[in-house]
Amino acid sequence: MGSKLRVKADELQLPWLKAKGLELTLGRVVREWEEEPGPTPMPDIASLREWDKKLLRRYQPFYLPFCDLCCLCTFGKCDLSKGKRGACGIDMKGQLSRLVLLSCTIGASTHCGHARHMLEELIEKYGRDHPLDVGGESVYLEAPVIRLVTGIKPRTLGDLEDVLDYCETEIVHLLSCVHTGQEGDNLDFESKVFHAGMIDHVAMEVADIAQISAYGFPKADPEAHLVELGMGVVDRSKPVILVIGHNVPPAIGVADYLARMGLEDQVEVCGICCTAIDLTRYSRKAKIVGPLSFQLRFVRSGVADVIMVDEQCIRTDILQEAQKVNAVLITTHYKNLQGLPDRTKDPADQIVRDLVEGKLPGVAILDSEKAGEVAVRVAMEIAPRRRKMGIIPTEEKVMEEARRCTACFSCVRACPNTLPIPKALAEAAGGNLKPLSELYEPCVGCGRCEQEGICPAGIKPHTLIVGAHRLETAEEKFKMRAGRGAIQDVEIRRVGQPIVMGEIPGVVAFVGCSNFPGSWKEVARMAEEFARRKYIITTTGCSAMAIGMYRDENGQSLYETYPGVFDAGGLVNCGSCVSNPHIADAAIKIASIFAKRRLRANYEEIADYIHNRVGAVGVAWGAYSQKASSIASGFWRLGVPVIVGPHGSKYRRALLGRKEDPEAWKVIDARTGKEAYVGPVPEHLFFMAETVEEAMVAIPKLCMRASDTTKGRSIKLNHYIDLHRRLFGELPDDLHLFVRTVADIPVTMKDEVLAFLKEKGWKEFENPSPDPTLIPRLVRVKEGG
Amino acid sequence: MEPWQRAEIPGPVKAVLITKPEVVSALIKRARRPLFVVGTGTLEGRGEKLPLDHVIRIARAGGIPVVATAQTAVELRKRGFQPAARMAMVEICSRLTDPRWSLQGDGQPHDLVLMMGLGPYYMEWLMGSGLKSFAPHLRTISLNRFYQPHCSWSFPNLSEEEWYKNLERIAEELER
Ligand code: SF4
Ligand code: SF4
Ligand code: SF4
Repeated sequence: MGSKLRVKADELQLPWLKAKGLELTLGRVVREWEEEPGPTPMPDIASLREWDKKLLRRYQPFYLPFCDLCCLCTFGKCDLSKGKRGACGIDMKGQLSRLVLLSCTIGASTHCGHARHMLEELIEKYGRDHPLDVGGESVYLEAPVIRLVTGIKPRTLGDLEDVLDYCETEIVHLLSCVHTGQEGDNLDFESKVFHAGMIDHVAMEVADIAQISAYGFPKADPEAHLVELGMGVVDRSKPVILVIGHNVPPAIGVADYLARMGLEDQVEVCGICCTAIDLTRYSRKAKIVGPLSFQLRFVRSGVADVIMVDEQCIRTDILQEAQKVNAVLITTHYKNLQGLPDRTKDPADQIVRDLVEGKLPGVAILDSEKAGEVAVRVAMEIAPRRRKMGIIPTEEKVMEEARRCTACFSCVRACPNTLPIPKALAEAAGGNLKPLSELYEPCVGCGRCEQEGICPAGIKPHTLIVGAHRLETAEEKFKMRAGRGAIQDVEIRRVGQPIVMGEIPGVVAFVGCSNFPGSWKEVARMAEEFARRKYIITTTGCSAMAIGMYRDENGQSLYETYPGVFDAGGLVNCGSCVSNPHIADAAIKIASIFAKRRLRANYEEIADYIHNRVGAVGVAWGAYSQKASSIASGFWRLGVPVIVGPHGSKYRRALLGRKEDPEAWKVIDARTGKEAYVGPVPEHLFFMAETVEEAMVAIPKLCMRASDTTKGRSIKLNHYIDLHRRLFGELPDDLHLFVRTVADIPVTMKDEVLAFLKEKGWKEFENPSPDPTLIPRLVRVKEGG
Repeated sequence: MEPWQRAEIPGPVKAVLITKPEVVSALIKRARRPLFVVGTGTLEGRGEKLPLDHVIRIARAGGIPVVATAQTAVELRKRGFQPAARMAMVEICSRLTDPRWSLQGDGQPHDLVLMMGLGPYYMEWLMGSGLKSFAPHLRTISLNRFYQPHCSWSFPNLSEEEWYKNLERIAEELER
């Protein structure tokens, strides 16, 4: 294990050799480290199949065919409904698991491509030997996912290349499994889904630790600075550059150019989506507009003079949208060129001139530094002329437009959230803009209601919603803590025991995109509820923004009210999408640092530990992307449950436990080797909630684990019962499955719970506190002893 | 019949349209073991009565046990109606694909499932398709206002008024 030896020479002159641009790569140089490797370094697709099958026996897939057909090859279309098979022999379960694999492979390859692109750029700039450092002395155990999966302990940027070599190989194999006439068994597809998720976490970890180390992002700092967030924080009096996407180097090119030229106070840089998050980890001057659902509304506001995009989750009609407001578009990645001419090799002066003179609507510049310079210079030159030309209508215009609505409901039928647009327009027509303005929050900004042929009267509902909300938009000013990256080892030492024993009732990770079924504030309210209850709250990406775009009863953003420590009642923003592994890392580090389990290349044992002991749950309330599915899948393989909102049902399958089946909930007691029934903990692995209320009751329930002490279980039950009673109006009817002994019952609820248990014919569990494992080889007793 | 939400294109196997509500009453009467799965979509309505009130009347008249999803049970109990169980939508629907599972737990599966208001339209769409493909022993009826093509039977897209009228008719037939 270790890195390849690479020798690079721009010009080499020896008596026997003359060479230019020479690059030599010599095999792998084994660089050992103190920990002995475990059984599965760089696992291939089948290496962890046994572990996957264990999870899949507990958590069976429930498939939800979005569509009855398959049209992936020219045999088709094939009708797979009601038990039919396609021409290739695949059935509906196979097909749906295949599609889940496709989605997760797309997600993993996107992060892996992102990581590779970033790493190449950072190596070019900082060199292969640039040391990795994600938290100095406070993070001795850096890169836990990489160590766990590959067995490599990366020390430099160059070491990460080997890690990505491995990921890329696995992704190629995974994608090939989706080809017609490969896998036929749905559970084997599901095992590959888990593999894709695991690889995704490795690739994300590469991207984030590389950028933290090279760019000097906050290093595991609980007190990372506060960032300005919201549509209202952008200073419109200045030239404005908007960055959108996920891969931050071009945006950093902007920040660096501004700093170099002393222009930081003259030009405003703001962003949407993860590029914004990562830019604010780099520059204290940068601001965040909002999550990806804010693209249309902000671009159309005309505030941005230059729009610079990199990759992922960018509207693919961004060029047309930019043109509507006379903004200049700069694309910076070959993944997303938008049909624009590639001007990378041209001098900056010439590109700036062409853009300022309006000869081109935009350009592609695949060089971050040059792109940064051009963006700044163009923004400064065109801003006075553009005068923030936007296409958001005034209140009067909104009312006038609203009067033309015939209430045909066509827009409602196009709207993913079925928003009551005609009703709100009728009010607006009469002068009351409030109902229309209230649609601003549950509107995900997709623009479907405005597409050609939707409204027979030619009304643009989304635009009118944003217009009706105009005055409030200016007041959208919030604070968000900059992404801190990793969790410190000392934090893990402090919370490891209370988490494993259940005394900290759980770690809740609010992650994922902004395809929310209602207002984004629902995510903030959930985070607030569980932070108050002293859960540890972690977050990333658009969800981290959603949590910030809310004021609590003191008028503060939650990041101002709750500390950024990884401890009970903390609110920890790890960063962007690629920072998600830090959340998994925390769980892995509990197993490694607190429980002293071997980490290196020891996936199965660590996952078994986390699944049975670490009460963590992910909530991806607005998950929409393929990346979100692979991120979730990386958590599944670690045995960590994930809850999604209603739109998440379109991922087409749930992974659900059957709590009433006692066989499903047996573990092995590692102390005795005997089986022990532990109850349905955690009950599901992938669960779609219908409402926020349902999610809020599921969260404490899915945080219960087999290792909870009686004190820990009673704390967890207290939250579960309390929320169930508050939101569902009664005691949970499955309480008897979670109370193992009388000592588990929360003291203040004792009489009531005992009466309920009696009615259910409850008996104390035979072995209420085993040393739980699902892996026979981890039993510590010798045979006969 | 077009589905309610644009782009949710169904088929080839699609729900039979309920043109006469009496058909639903007859199906319920004939069913050995019907079940009514009811979600939070039944809590939204404009008139004095909510869709949920119709659920209660039909369930009572047909003697059909109700499984309530999310917080629907709270509203049912407020109206003096005790649901047989509270479960999440995916929890009940996944169990319904098991031909040995029933609410009663006696190994005799349900043969008819009525659904109403299972979250947003698309969520019920997905539950219907899950049952269509993986619960061949079941027939499903959507009593929603909008066409749900993955069920065995569904109303076409209706106005609220027509919808309520249909629901009342079903209840009346069962009460006779
Ligand atoms: S991949 Fe199989 S099911 Fe899909 S179209 Fe081809 S033959 Fe039909
Ligand atoms: S832009 Fe908003 S209102 Fe329009 S369809 Fe999308 S979510 Fe609905
Ligand atoms: S599509 Fe146009 S006319 Fe029809 S309800 Fe919507 S806004 Fe009104």
